[in-house]
Amino acid sequence: MTRHTLSVLVENKSGVLARVSALFSRRGFNIESLAVGPTENPDLSRMTIVVDAESAPLEQITKQLNKLIEVIKIVELEGDAAVQRELLMVKVRAPMADRTQVLQTADLFRARVIDVNTDTVTLEATGTPDKLQALLAVLAPLGIKEMAQSGTVALGRGPRSMSGSMSGAGTLRPVDRTA
Amino acid sequence: MSTTTPSEQPTREAAAALTGVETGARSVAEAAHAPAQGITGAQSLVRSLEAVGVDVVFGIPGGAILPLYDPLFDSKVRHVLVRHEQGAGHAATGYAQATGRVGVCMATSGPGATNLVTPLADAYMDSVPVVAITGQVPSGAIGTDAFQEADIRGITMPVTKHNFLVTDAAEIPQRIAEAFHLASTGRPGPVLVDVPKDILQATTDFAWPPRLDLPGYKPTTRPHGKQVREAAALIAGASRPVLYVGGGVLKAGASAELLELAHLTGAPVVTTLMARGAFPDSDPQHLGMPGMHGTVAAVTALQKADVLVALGARFDDRVTGNLDSFAPEAKVVHADIDPAEIGKNRKADVPIVGDARETIAELVTAVRAEHEAGRTPDLEAWWAQLDDWRTRYPLGYDWPEDGSLSPQYVIERLGAIAGPDAIYTSGVGQHQMWAAQFVKYEKPGTWLNSGGLGTMGYAVPAAMGAKYGCPDTTVWAIDGDGCFQMTNQELATCAIEGIPIKVAVINNGNLGMVRQWQTLFYEGRYSNTKLHAVDAEGRPKPVRIPDFVALAEALGCVGLRCESKDDVDAVIEKAMAITDAPVVIDFVVGADAQVWPMVAAGSSNDDILAARDLRPVFGDNQV
Repeated sequence: MTRHTLSVLVENKSGVLARVSALFSRRGFNIESLAVGPTENPDLSRMTIVVDAESAPLEQITKQLNKLIEVIKIVELEGDAAVQRELLMVKVRAPMADRTQVLQTADLFRARVIDVNTDTVTLEATGTPDKLQALLAVLAPLGIKEMAQSGTVALGRGPRSMSGSMSGAGTLRPVDRTA
Repeated sequence: MSTTTPSEQPTREAAAALTGVETGARSVAEAAHAPAQGITGAQSLVRSLEAVGVDVVFGIPGGAILPLYDPLFDSKVRHVLVRHEQGAGHAATGYAQATGRVGVCMATSGPGATNLVTPLADAYMDSVPVVAITGQVPSGAIGTDAFQEADIRGITMPVTKHNFLVTDAAEIPQRIAEAFHLASTGRPGPVLVDVPKDILQATTDFAWPPRLDLPGYKPTTRPHGKQVREAAALIAGASRPVLYVGGGVLKAGASAELLELAHLTGAPVVTTLMARGAFPDSDPQHLGMPGMHGTVAAVTALQKADVLVALGARFDDRVTGNLDSFAPEAKVVHADIDPAEIGKNRKADVPIVGDARETIAELVTAVRAEHEAGRTPDLEAWWAQLDDWRTRYPLGYDWPEDGSLSPQYVIERLGAIAGPDAIYTSGVGQHQMWAAQFVKYEKPGTWLNSGGLGTMGYAVPAAMGAKYGCPDTTVWAIDGDGCFQMTNQELATCAIEGIPIKVAVINNGNLGMVRQWQTLFYEGRYSNTKLHAVDAEGRPKPVRIPDFVALAEALGCVGLRCESKDDVDAVIEKAMAITDAPVVIDFVVGADAQVWPMVAAGSSNDDILAARDLRPVFGDNQV
């Protein structure tokens, strides 16, 4: 599988998420994860979309996305040139006998305890998908009651930004629109 | 022909209104642009339509859109009351394809709006500039499953270029201006504006021109100079070039530039189903239509080419056949206004994003520079080969053995008598392919059909829209009896509204194209393709259901019938002489005629059959 992370600035209008997800479904493109949220500019939202480019060439995916009127700009955030994080919340069985082991594991992965009761502990962890997978693998034998995980969010490293409004350090180069 | 002159002024006015650029022609339009305070949303919408230069709207009123119809009653914008919303949508498409202006259709919420879905999908596939305005239930009722509520914005997202739900009456002028701008620029397409009833009734102000707020929409129209020079070098160095011309050339109004490029390069030209008329059929460099039912010469020229110059075409499966074996030796120059088309189906060696007219004009300049530098290709051997193919495998047809009338003959005579100034529309199926093959097109905007979606029922309402837009031009709908039974109710609209179209029903009593496939691929098992009444043994009964002559007369048209070769010319001439009413001719033809040549679905274009069981000999060694 070839994963690519696309950072997509879109107009903050109702229906944009529906347009993007419908486009992926209609064209047979696979989404690995999708996260939407506000940006420093209230008129814009940022979608971070991790796509599987085996289903279709990345070029075709970005060209079709660019055709959506409400899509402003698309940047591919590549491995070392970007920081990528996911958020995980996991509710683990933690009776008194196992509790120390759960807390030690949390420490090792720099996870935080955000809820606790007599039977379970809920941990919050952020990191790359690999790190979170590793944490889950360690916790699994203890008994995972339930979990919730966000999609990937990502930003390019360095002083440049996608909109280039504040930094004065230039803008990230968009995926080519024209060919 | 009247398709070009009247279109220019409104287009220029609309462009001026949209861009805010002052031109000498604005004084007339300015009256419609006068600001107004304290008017209704409905009045604002009608003023917006006037300001953007709309002269006709095809539609049907209903509950949610009722407030809009009141100010429309007093407007200079004419409304044509159709009999089904699908007819409104196809009429808008036919109007747009014939005139080059944006076609407008209108419907109420719920079923009115959902009836527009097929024509919107049709216009989307064929890149036709259409604006649809739909009523919606009041804002407060949206999401409650209110009476006649349908989420038409959600439903039409995949089949429109863009769509809007208006949430504030003050937005109306801006949304209308944006809708027309989006529909008519870049790669054209349909745009839907959904307006809740309370927004139409609200009090608001009107000012024109509004500011367009489309930060994500910047179509590239100017081709990249370096790419154009690379393309020109490829063309100048080619020994077997082909200009593969698609509908984008018509959309861009680039026929004159295409003619210049073709004559400059000396390359053969093929025009796709969407591009018939973009290049004169009478030009000796024209090999005809490529694709599933294209000419042997056109299909084979693409297969054997060393350089393909695709202009406003999209390598549709009906043109390429099996993609992996399509034009295996060709380097591809792909020029299109939509970057997503380039590389979608076939890798482009030289991609050019831009308007077809600007691109072709710059190609002419660049190719001329190549020639001046002494690089002129020798195409003599290529033309000897092409001429051999077209001499040995011309388009043709056999007369039915049962003595019935040949549908190809009817269409050929219709084209000859009505001539290249007429506009022809068609439905979808055998008659459509024959109309593309046997009518000779010389001018852009004279062949309108449903190419991408393949919408049966397109012909009659599209002819209505085309005739409204070009009242001084003869408009013929060439329709099948299956298609005709889907939308013929619009003939009542034509009769009442004074839109005298002519309809040739190619009546073979069957869903002919499906029947042809059943003959070829399903051992002649004619499952559910017979439209006529049959007896217990499956033989046609003598009764006509429906009787198309009687049906035509019931709908306020003149009905004629023709069942023999000897009468064909006379009945067409009789129809041509009737100019004050719609005319329908029921051409009763044989059921067994087939469309040839043919590349079976999914097959390689190398496996084209010139006629049933006749595989051409291409003489591979000759190229």
